[in-house]
Amino acid sequence: MAKVWKFGADVDTDQIVPGRYAPYMRPDADVGQAAFIEARPEFAQNAQPGDLIVATDNFGCGSSREYAVEALRRRQVGAIIANSFARIFFRNALNLGIPLFVAPDLVAALQDGQEVTLDIPNRRVIAGEDVLPLPELPHFAQEILAEGGIVPYVKKYGRFPGEEPA
Amino acid sequence: MGQTLSEQILSHAAGRPVRAGDLVVVRPDVVMSHDSLSPSIIKIMQEELGVASVKDPAQLVMVLDHVSPASTVGVANQQNQVRRFAREQGVRLFEVGRGICHQVLVEEQIAAPGKIVLGSDSHSTSYGAVGAFGSGMGSTDIALIWATGRTWLRVPETVRVQVNGRFRPGADAKDLSLKVCQVLTIAGANYAAVEYHGLEWLPLPGRQTLASMAVEVGAKVGIIPPEGEVAERFSVPEWLRVDPDAEYARTIIIDLETLEPQIALPHEVDQVVDISQVAGTRVDVIFLGTCTNGRYEDLRQAAEILRGRQVASGVRFLITPASSREMTRAAEDGTLAALLSAGATLTTPGCGPCMGRHQGTLGDDDVCLSTGNRNFKGRMGAPTSKIYLSSPAVAAATALTGVITDPRNL
Repeated sequence: MAKVWKFGADVDTDQIVPGRYAPYMRPDADVGQAAFIEARPEFAQNAQPGDLIVATDNFGCGSSREYAVEALRRRQVGAIIANSFARIFFRNALNLGIPLFVAPDLVAALQDGQEVTLDIPNRRVIAGEDVLPLPELPHFAQEILAEGGIVPYVKKYGRFPGEEPA
Repeated sequence: MGQTLSEQILSHAAGRPVRAGDLVVVRPDVVMSHDSLSPSIIKIMQEELGVASVKDPAQLVMVLDHVSPASTVGVANQQNQVRRFAREQGVRLFEVGRGICHQVLVEEQIAAPGKIVLGSDSHSTSYGAVGAFGSGMGSTDIALIWATGRTWLRVPETVRVQVNGRFRPGADAKDLSLKVCQVLTIAGANYAAVEYHGLEWLPLPGRQTLASMAVEVGAKVGIIPPEGEVAERFSVPEWLRVDPDAEYARTIIIDLETLEPQIALPHEVDQVVDISQVAGTRVDVIFLGTCTNGRYEDLRQAAEILRGRQVASGVRFLITPASSREMTRAAEDGTLAALLSAGATLTTPGCGPCMGRHQGTLGDDDVCLSTGNRNFKGRMGAPTSKIYLSSPAVAAATALTGVITDPRNL
């Protein structure tokens, strides 16, 4: 089972990892331990691999800092489900291979602290009696996630999404 | 059907006409990275992608501005690593003290009308001030450009901001930027370009303020047609011009004749009010600086208010010029002397305390009025500190009194 960590609107990347905790500032520390360290310390302490982040509008706004996404990857977040994502965060998360879904129905249905089963191959979240369908991602996003991120994607295909094969 | 400025620039780069929603693969003209992320970009390119050398050193620019000069041994060592990499790869690097990346690239005319300038920094929207397609990306995307010379982009829809009239005394481009944040809201232009019209008369510094703040409404790009002062100082390609029948996803109209000085309240950049609603709020720190408002004109405006007067007792007034060139201009005409005589503290040109790392990190419960672009919780230091955002004139008036003050009331 995975736990739901629910957030509100406009969670900025300074909340996910404050600039003071950047790898640049603490080169010997694990940035994964800094995930939500000030905004939600219980996440930093207790989040388990596979847990879900659920948020309302505009998740990940603000700075382009990829280490905010890297921190969540190191915590092995199972998926991020939100009403909407900020542009750079969405791209960074795809690039690092974190599944993310725009699904307001699920955001409304899922509660903080709820125990659920995330079933990405069958595109659904099972919450008690409820089976909640996950929406389909854009084709390019599916392709990137299927390879586990943009680096393995480019290594495999030798091209970018949207580019004709050489 | 006409094209927006972003569609024109991406069509030119892609070698075919493209529209909002298309995916394009382009070769960016410039790829900027700063000290904060260059070490991670080097690592991703060399260790994850397994590519030893950048594809085209002439495409890259590096600037050491985020922690400048270094504050710890760890930071100093990483800066040395970046210097070594730039030297070995033949990449142009601007040293500690030269200034904020977005200011330096405009001063050096590395960012120019019609170019695609991508940076490892969200405020790379700033390059739209000169009519460039400027946008921020994460470390992995930048590493891929270093390795291949190319990247992929989705052509953005465009939100048109039509500005009417001229600023009244007391208001400036920062107040307009904050008003745009209030009207569009923090995600109102997510994935989109913001294109500003009606500002042919606005000098370059005000354009830089507007373009830098575009990312605060979620925008991918914040672009101003390269007319007026920009057309005089930069070469504008003949294919780049405002197309009267370009298609906009949305248009908002802002009337400068009724624009009051604006303040963004903690902790959201779109929680913006007229100054009258918060005048009198006590502050501990005033910060004049950043890519949004650290230029000569901003310092001069503050000096005009502070000349011959003193910063209120118990208040720290920190000034971080946007670049060495802006600081030198301010030194040459007595602007700096007026500010220092009034009791201001001057720090090295660069990002300063904007992201809470050095040169004025906020402590518990500190209240700061900043001319910067972000007031997120804990952005400048302790999570219990608070940040208000304002124009340089409001910052100077507030430094004088220790409470948020309308400069028109002095």
